[in-house]
Amino acid sequence: MHNFEFVKPGTVADAAAALAGEDAQALGGGQTLLPTMKQRLAAPETLVSLNGIAEMKGVCTNDAGEVCVGGGTPHAIVSRETASSYPGLSKLAGMIGDPAVRNRGTLGGSLANNDPAACYPAAVLASGATIVTNTREIIADDYFEGMFSTALEDGEIVTEVRFPVPEKADWQKFLQPASRFSLVGVFVAKFADGVRVAVTGASEDGVFRWSEAEVALSADFSADAISGLSVPAEGMISDLHGSAAYRASLVKTLTGRAVSGA
Amino acid sequence: MSSVTVTVNGQSRSGEVEGRTLLSTFLRDTLTLTGTHVGCDTSQCGACVVHVDGEAVKSCTVLAADVDGAEIKTIEGMANADGSLGVIQQAFQDHHGLQCGFCTPGMVMSAAALLKENPKPTEAEVRHYLEGNICRCTGYHNIVKAIMAASGQDVAPPMAAE
Amino acid sequence: MPKDGGIGASSKRREDVRFLTGRGRYTDDINLNNQTYAWFLRSDVAHGTINSIDTSAAEAMDGVVKVFTAKDFEGVGGVPCGWQVTDRFGNPMKEPKHPVLAEGKVRHVGDPIAVVVAESAEQARDAAEAIAVDITELPAVMDMKSALAEGATKVHDDLDDNLCYDWGFVEENREAVDDAIAAAHHVTTLELTNNRLVANPMEPRVAVGDFNPGTEDYTLYTTSQNPHVIRLLMGAFVLGIPEHKLRVVAPDVGGGFGSKIYHYAEEAFVTFASAQVRRPVKWTSTRSEAFISDAHGRDHVTKIELAMDADYNFTALRCDTYANMGAYLSTFAPSIPTWLHGTLLAGNYRTPLIYTNVKAVFTTTTPVDAYRGAGRPEATFQLERVIDKAAREIGMDPAELRRRNFIKPDEFPYQTPVAVVYDTGNYHATLEKGLEMAGVETFEARRAESAANGKLRGLGVAHFIEACGIAPSNLVGQLGARAGLYESATVRVNATGSISVMTGSHSHGQGHETAFPQVVAEMLGIDEGMIEVVHGDTANTPMGMGTYGSRSIAVGGSAMVRATEKIINKAKKIAAHLLEASEADIELADGQFSVAGTDKSVAWGDVTLAAYVPHNYPLEDIEPGLEETAFYDPSNFTYPAGAYICEVEVDPDTGKVDIVGFVAADDFGNVINPMIVEGQVHGGLVQGIGQALLENCAYDDNGQLLSGSFMDYTMPRADDVPMFDVDHSSITPCTHNPLGVKGCGEAGAIGSPPAVVNAVIDALHRGGHTHVTHIDMPLTPSRVWSAINNT
Repeated sequence: MHNFEFVKPGTVADAAAALAGEDAQALGGGQTLLPTMKQRLAAPETLVSLNGIAEMKGVCTNDAGEVCVGGGTPHAIVSRETASSYPGLSKLAGMIGDPAVRNRGTLGGSLANNDPAACYPAAVLASGATIVTNTREIIADDYFEGMFSTALEDGEIVTEVRFPVPEKADWQKFLQPASRFSLVGVFVAKFADGVRVAVTGASEDGVFRWSEAEVALSADFSADAISGLSVPAEGMISDLHGSAAYRASLVKTLTGRAVSGA
Repeated sequence: MSSVTVTVNGQSRSGEVEGRTLLSTFLRDTLTLTGTHVGCDTSQCGACVVHVDGEAVKSCTVLAADVDGAEIKTIEGMANADGSLGVIQQAFQDHHGLQCGFCTPGMVMSAAALLKENPKPTEAEVRHYLEGNICRCTGYHNIVKAIMAASGQDVAPPMAAE
Repeated sequence: MPKDGGIGASSKRREDVRFLTGRGRYTDDINLNNQTYAWFLRSDVAHGTINSIDTSAAEAMDGVVKVFTAKDFEGVGGVPCGWQVTDRFGNPMKEPKHPVLAEGKVRHVGDPIAVVVAESAEQARDAAEAIAVDITELPAVMDMKSALAEGATKVHDDLDDNLCYDWGFVEENREAVDDAIAAAHHVTTLELTNNRLVANPMEPRVAVGDFNPGTEDYTLYTTSQNPHVIRLLMGAFVLGIPEHKLRVVAPDVGGGFGSKIYHYAEEAFVTFASAQVRRPVKWTSTRSEAFISDAHGRDHVTKIELAMDADYNFTALRCDTYANMGAYLSTFAPSIPTWLHGTLLAGNYRTPLIYTNVKAVFTTTTPVDAYRGAGRPEATFQLERVIDKAAREIGMDPAELRRRNFIKPDEFPYQTPVAVVYDTGNYHATLEKGLEMAGVETFEARRAESAANGKLRGLGVAHFIEACGIAPSNLVGQLGARAGLYESATVRVNATGSISVMTGSHSHGQGHETAFPQVVAEMLGIDEGMIEVVHGDTANTPMGMGTYGSRSIAVGGSAMVRATEKIINKAKKIAAHLLEASEADIELADGQFSVAGTDKSVAWGDVTLAAYVPHNYPLEDIEPGLEETAFYDPSNFTYPAGAYICEVEVDPDTGKVDIVGFVAADDFGNVINPMIVEGQVHGGLVQGIGQALLENCAYDDNGQLLSGSFMDYTMPRADDVPMFDVDHSSITPCTHNPLGVKGCGEAGAIGSPPAVVNAVIDALHRGGHTHVTHIDMPLTPSRVWSAINNT
């Protein structure tokens, strides 16, 4: 790693101030950022750890019935504390990376990075969650702007995410076997007013909603409802681990399994 | 440089670090606790797993400065007070759960974390929990047996000859 | 009842205690006073001409001690190759220079261009980024067949082309094989690749060079499987340091699997640089660096044809292989696709005529050399795959086709048509044992259950043989080896009766510190705890060739037996003197020397004490002391064999393969420590399963490594594999070494890939996807899915 100045503020306000400096970057759990910096692919002058900010940690349910997760909450705690309030989210958080990564990596860090194969974006998008930052609230449909790109401004910190809780949901993750990211992951959430299907790992544009499936499943929430649909291979990622056609096929297979599993 | 103080295996230890100093580097080079190993640079292999405030983490993917004040446990702190092997360590020896020994510290630390949260895991749960620890020697068979044995369970019979 | 000590006991490993408590001492744990750190600036392009290297900015940076480039290595030799293959026209292979640092050209991503030596590892890396290298990129040379085409870009400008050698074996059989294939009742043809792999021992390579200006001695601490070989190659061929001024230490080593056999440029660099900067120089590889600088394994492209007569007896076998050497010849690279491959193509079968042609090709990739099994997995895979395909074509049970063609138990010793003589074996026994263990008679019920869950279940059988106990020196010398392949042991009995065994073998996971004493304890009838193994340091072990090729117990163990026999002979003379009896009447049992037919005896410890306190001693006949050395050179290879049976479930919707059962029924000859042997098999199996299903070292057309970290190179994890059912009760002892042992280290990795692939093909066929006759490894979900869907 290139060297940097390390600061660890105790409040969101102090963190925001520190991030306003030249070439400053926020450090969540660091499970992606630190390996990237080790490869010298990122080299901030100042690294602002968000790990000392108590107000960004924890899980609760608000008056609107939304599950609210602090941006600095590690995956393991999310998995544990949403087990009864939002089992689909709990399942997803409990399958990210590996146990040691889950003890360190945070929701906010994952969303800020928006890796095209990350798991959390699928839950956030399928849930229609609200991303709360130190300056504003962003709805999920406006937040994800393609691979490694989000609506966040420089220095903006994801402090909390509010997840509306669906009637039924499930997460199906097909492993990229080396990295343990999603080769393809599908989150299906059935709300009273319709079904949302979010897909990660598959598209060159990052996480996306499979709207045809949403329409079909909103009318009939069964795996059969999507049997006639197909996902075009165009725009899908093709790499060592799977062709575009294969990923497209997995999107449909996993969506069906998620519906059955919900 | 800044100063970091942590409690390692019950002892308070301090040292000077750069911003970029990893916890694994701090443990190995500054505190000369070389039992913690580094087997990759992408946070995959788990040879560097230690416990920070009771949770298993990959010490090669944590900054030393970020855990200032924390309670840390490493492989050097896993033996019994009299120096004899702890239950998990002993099970690894009894069941030949190690060969070259390089991944072993991380395996033992992960196994300890697993058994703390799930004292009687199934074979499948053990295998799943170890997804962040790579061993190239043992084929995992005897590591899984060792962890099952350390949990006080009879080890699973081979699957094929049923 | 299991034994509680000696040969055949599952003694617990004594080395485990230090590894389990964090007290192992691996090379990276060594930090010398006043040490500096090296960082290698490596090529990020596959092929190019170096126009200039400007190190001035780097030299001015904080902490930099010195920056090295090729010009600092003028007069220093290249990294040598230890094996010269002669091609089928009688000409020596082409052997381009492999400089320590790139001279004028870079030839693969990772080729070292310059090195910064600095006060800290991070400072060295910081400064390396400030080195300005101007390179004109040249076309990458990637595909082996294209590399041999007329006018192809050359990896080495001073060679005529990219062909290292064109080898034929057995060349005299070439036409007879062609004729037999033309006349055959049935010929099965299979084209396949044996995927390139990265060994990836969990400990990355490390080297620390330490020049002592006072004595002008050099010490190299390195992650090696064979410190004496490194001392010889580096001292004699690269740096010109005589052995008595060079000590090589390989302390605890975290796995090797072949990749730590070779002499690497980094070892020569730190040793050389340490004398230049007059301080110790340490280099620790990152994993990312390991992917582009450790020698890779396998990477063959093969066409194999199996001819049968009307009774389905094998009548001939013809193989054409292209073997990737990478950019330079690694230490043993030329021998892998030739003598460790062609000589095993008889397998367990009576095929009378065999011809193989191997073209070894230079490409702009990391050098390729031995990886667990080395040549033998490639031979086994193609043979066991083509037999499986043949059985399917003729509608015969694959096990039955094998049975029909096996060498019969009464045909040993068996001279194969590919030079080697199998001393013993009983392939029918291992196959039947394996089939019984696998529960083949109840397979159909399991298959039906899988089918009910939408899964395809299949069973794959493979049988393998390997040539281990490497190797008879005079034979390998004729075949081109530039070294002997004996092994050594010194047995030093101390005055109080404890023993140090100094061996040239090296343990990097194999448990020699436990298993070797079991043998000596058995021979002397004393407690294993009185015996300690010393290895890994050229300063205190006799010249030995190290550990690879499943050779340690078969060759190193035999040397130890010979040395211990000498000890017993001398100790009996001393005992005879003490007991006032004839030497011929002295018997040794349970640590007591006794006079046959009497109750007169003297204990082991009394004899050893007498040897070093020779007050009452036959000084006129023998010298004081009790220390003996033996060098053992085997008269033949050993030939372990076994049946590997794999059961899989395939998810046809995703193509994912789950291994649901795996049986290994081996014949390793006699076994010293069953627990360790089983552990070796488990580990080998998972490396083989990794090759079959997960691991793929892939480059793009520009020579960039696509799988350059554990993020993309799939290492097998605990949840990728099942519990294994292993057996080694079929024993036909080796006839030519004193322990009757054959070796077990590589078996798992050799026998398992074809068993897995055969099982997947079986599952697809049983599931109706009969158009799939082969899928190249690794059988990733995507590839299996594509095969099923014909995409």
